[in-house]
Amino acid sequence: MTRDLLLFACFSLLIMLAPQLFTGGYLMNVLVFVGINTMLAIALNLLLGYAGQISLGHAGFFGLGAYLSGILTTTFSLNPWGAMPIAALVVGCLAYLIGFPILKLKGHYLAMATLGLGVIIYIVFNETVNLTGGPSGLSGIPNLRLGGIVFDSDVKNYYLIWVVTLMVMLFSINLANSRIGRALRAVHDSDVAAQVLGVNSRLLKVQIFALSAIISSLAGSFYAHTMTFISPASFGFNFSIELLTMVVIGGLGSIYGSFLGAALLTLLPEILRGANDYDIIIYGALLVLMVMFMPGGLVRGIPALYRKIVTRRGEAGHA
Amino acid sequence: MQFDQILQYILSGLSTGAIYALIGIGFSIIYNATGIINFAQGEFVMLGGLLTLSSLELLKLPLWAAIPSAIAVSTVVGFLFERLAIRPLKQPTPINLVIITIGGSILIRGLAMLVWGKDTHSIPPFSGDTPIAIGGATILPQHLWILAITLIIIVINKVYFYHTISGKAMRACSYNRRAAGLVGIDVRRMVLFSFVISSAMGAIAGIIVAPLTMTAYDVGVMLGLKGFCAAIIGGMSSGISTVIGGLILGILESLGAGLISSGYKDAIAFIILLLILFIRPQGLFGKANSERV
Repeated sequence: MTRDLLLFACFSLLIMLAPQLFTGGYLMNVLVFVGINTMLAIALNLLLGYAGQISLGHAGFFGLGAYLSGILTTTFSLNPWGAMPIAALVVGCLAYLIGFPILKLKGHYLAMATLGLGVIIYIVFNETVNLTGGPSGLSGIPNLRLGGIVFDSDVKNYYLIWVVTLMVMLFSINLANSRIGRALRAVHDSDVAAQVLGVNSRLLKVQIFALSAIISSLAGSFYAHTMTFISPASFGFNFSIELLTMVVIGGLGSIYGSFLGAALLTLLPEILRGANDYDIIIYGALLVLMVMFMPGGLVRGIPALYRKIVTRRGEAGHA
Repeated sequence: MQFDQILQYILSGLSTGAIYALIGIGFSIIYNATGIINFAQGEFVMLGGLLTLSSLELLKLPLWAAIPSAIAVSTVVGFLFERLAIRPLKQPTPINLVIITIGGSILIRGLAMLVWGKDTHSIPPFSGDTPIAIGGATILPQHLWILAITLIIIVINKVYFYHTISGKAMRACSYNRRAAGLVGIDVRRMVLFSFVISSAMGAIAGIIVAPLTMTAYDVGVMLGLKGFCAAIIGGMSSGISTVIGGLILGILESLGAGLISSGYKDAIAFIILLLILFIRPQGLFGKANSERV
């Protein structure tokens, strides 16, 4: 536990010092997205990596958070800090209610059902033009304010988003180390065995699904307030897949893995600027290659690779 | 007047439904042989249409030769997909299989985007586009082609699965893979077969629908999902109940688009999908089966 805290403290320090090391507004902007995507990847990872339940509809919860915050603060001129918990509560309740029938399904069927849910939410964003502005999007969403500070620049947003992201990380690390985390892993390994040991696996799965949706919704609210403009295109099926890719590449069941995956997939398109449209091919190839050759993700695969190389060197040295 | 309009919706729904049925049967064949839901199924639909286009325009083949060559190439892609991505998988857990077929589907779609670009393309109808009047409604010759070809495929399917050795072996695999292996059936070969057959069926669906709806590198996603929905309504059978599932879906969608709102057309399929999965996961016509729940 102390080791975990030490690791987390070092990580937080690095994150907070990063703006001193990197200059240039554009990079800051990208790093803000790394933060938002890290939150989303952690949310999905809690469900997929810890409880072993897949979701291909998380972009929908992300979008609901963003749209609820957006609509409440523009059309109903609510305070952003007031709108955010309302959005999270609504999304959490929705996920909780739909969680009971949807999490009865397993494996491929759960994947398809969550995918369908995501697509339905996406279609609603597009079609309820009066509320959401339809495909052309919703603009004029206010920036967040805290006391006299308006979070309207990339550097300010960086600190805001990353403080929240770090809180989500700490919360998730604690959750994973708690009784609930152990129960989740038990459900992951064997539903039946977990139930025999007295874990109410059905309720637990639904609760983690709702929690995961709430974190996604919060990420959506922060996204809406930092971007000040949202459109359905950001919340489609492709984004759900991107989130899945982040979690798988980083490593299922690892919070820092989610950060690695989110960072890699957010920075990759920026590095591959010339290959603008081809990033989708790279996602596809990454997914296939990771599942085939590094099913544990980067957090486990890289140390394993390192050990392999070291032992091979050692053997070569002896020979 | 109102009746004619509804007849029109039903007629056009039937042909879309037939397409969904073909794609859905493709899903079911792989699922029954392997327990895998192949998320890349829709990409073969896309490949069928676009490969026909290339055979027609680049290779200047006549239509009767372009179609089989497009099916053949799609089948090769299906073969390679099973060999390179599915078979070598070290930990074939459901989640890994979902992820790898999604990855494969993205990869195929991305490569198609490289080859054919992002534009939508059209393929000429098989036999002209003079509408045929039926009652107060009209249909295009292509609609008839779709219904006829679907019917032929279903008959071939039936004959294959019930009257040939390899078809019977495939059914044996779907009942119990280990037992099938024990009586000397090469299960791995049957798995490969299932991918080959269903990629061919997907390609055919893509070819016959392309003259009606145009085609592009990304049409596979939606068509694939609708096909899956048909298969779910039919209880993942590779027979008549999936066909009925496809037709029900096609008609409901077309009526919904015409009478309610065309914007929500795509949502109808997914609402049905969720309802069926929640209430009758064994499909509309199936007996209770705890596997899926």
